[in-house]
Amino acid sequence: MPFKKTRQGYADALIELAPQIPELIVLDADVAKATQTCDFEVVFPDRFFNCGTAEQNELSVAAGLALEGYRPFATTFGMFATKRAADQLRNSICYGNLNVIVAATHSGISTGGDGASHQTNEDIAIARVMPNLTVLVPGDYEEARLATVAAARHEGPVYLRLGRDQYPVVPELHGDFEIGKAKVLRPAGDYLIVSTGIMASEALQAADELERAGVSVGVVHMPTVKPLDIATLLAECANAKGVVTIEEHSIIGGLGEAVASCLSENLPKPLRRVGVMDCFGESGQAPELLDKFGLRARNVVAAVKDLAS
Amino acid sequence: MKLTVPPPEQFGSPGFTPGPLGDEDRQRLELHAVEIRRAIITMVTRANSGHVGGSLSATDLMVTLYHHVMKHDPRQPNWSERDRFILSKGHCTPVLYATLASCGYFPVDDLDAFRRPGSHLQGHPHQLKTPGVDANTGTLGLGLSTACGMALGAKLRGETQRYFVLVGDGEQNEGQIWEAAMFGAKYSLGNLIAFTDRNRLQTDGNTEDVMPLDPLPEKWEAFRWHVQEIDGHDLQAMLDAISTALAVSDCPHMIVLNTVKGKGVSFMENEAMWHGTPPTAEQETRALEELNHAV
Repeated sequence: MPFKKTRQGYADALIELAPQIPELIVLDADVAKATQTCDFEVVFPDRFFNCGTAEQNELSVAAGLALEGYRPFATTFGMFATKRAADQLRNSICYGNLNVIVAATHSGISTGGDGASHQTNEDIAIARVMPNLTVLVPGDYEEARLATVAAARHEGPVYLRLGRDQYPVVPELHGDFEIGKAKVLRPAGDYLIVSTGIMASEALQAADELERAGVSVGVVHMPTVKPLDIATLLAECANAKGVVTIEEHSIIGGLGEAVASCLSENLPKPLRRVGVMDCFGESGQAPELLDKFGLRARNVVAAVKDLAS
Repeated sequence: MKLTVPPPEQFGSPGFTPGPLGDEDRQRLELHAVEIRRAIITMVTRANSGHVGGSLSATDLMVTLYHHVMKHDPRQPNWSERDRFILSKGHCTPVLYATLASCGYFPVDDLDAFRRPGSHLQGHPHQLKTPGVDANTGTLGLGLSTACGMALGAKLRGETQRYFVLVGDGEQNEGQIWEAAMFGAKYSLGNLIAFTDRNRLQTDGNTEDVMPLDPLPEKWEAFRWHVQEIDGHDLQAMLDAISTALAVSDCPHMIVLNTVKGKGVSFMENEAMWHGTPPTAEQETRALEELNHAV
């Protein structure tokens, strides 16, 4: 199975889009070599602005550029975009309903060796609660590229969540990308697995394993966590006995809670959330951390079996 | 509330000629200032909420900008060539809204609904709600960065409009202000003209007791801004400083305005409590009487 970086999908899309969208501008905060926007800087040096390690200023500057009709991609790590600059994200960008794309790399536990201070497992929760903000969490390189292209033409602010590591390429995620539309990766069955971000590959592996064990499972992938594709979710779990969500994020406030609240109000189902428990991460290689923090296909399989028992 | 609204044809031209202010212009601006100060008192009293002190200290600047310096047209709030104004000390909406109303951006009677449900006049400014507001601001420190982004955008396109921004002195406790200071200097934003309303009071007291700022001009100079320090109630001094700033195009500008918080109402002047305390009806009457005598 090939592996590629989601942040590279983002950076490649920027270079692809720049000739088509003259208003496109890229900001970074002294992490261009890590976010990969350094590639953009080489090709379009006049449209790249390094704000230094000052993310609060970066996000408000992006708002100012959007007020002047530009389409800024404010790039930094997810930790800084949603915590250090939470006020600026909310009050400069979201309250103004401005066309700013906040591209947040190094999100989730898989950021790895930097440890808990840099592993943002709460950014989806923070982004979800902000009015006007669309939340995109693509699952692999190609979906990250497609999400970036879609975000560039979206009206209103977008939070685009990307990772640091090399992640499995998942061909099922490729093709059309529409903001707000879920992707049905496996047809409806007795149980439904709902994934977002890089957990799509684990969801598919879990479904395959369960099918081999004689349990029929559908898989829905949600690259848009907000607005949630409620219609697809309800349709795909209409006859399901239970639902399991999986996300590389805290079980609090993310995809799991979005799905849980939607189902509670519309179609109550037994539900289990697979994600990072309410705790901080630690240093390690990404695969080791996905193992240790329970973000694997086997954890989804166990959750489905738990529902079935 | 009574505000003299000039005919719309008076706006929209380049307008501002550097040099001595004639008697007629001076009297015109002084009348606007008194009327706007009166409106500020009444708006905040009626809303029983809002920021009087820092609005009164900034009134002379706002009148100078909107009624003499800025190229703008109340008939076209989104005119692309207009000079912009960003209220980084976003809580001082009373002076911003009264000034915009005095230009004819919206009916003067709208000021009666300041801070009321359904009103377009929110506690802090928003460009999608209020005609004439150029940027949403609110929590302190954001507006100067937003203004930097706007000024950068104009500079990239070679546009000639100017970006005026008003920053509070207490606001400069915020770290983001100094992030913006570095950014503005890095990108040589000569089209950005910032003012500090140096009234030396913030919510909890004297700025030098709460969190010392002195020497403030030297701080901005060290951040490589073009700095001037003047009396923020002297119309001619403000015009001269703006003229000087416009002649220097290779760095952003900070004009430190030494002002009096609560300016124009004796019992409000230099009293920190008038940062965010609304006047009672009796205090409103006394304040308006004092301002009447000033006309």
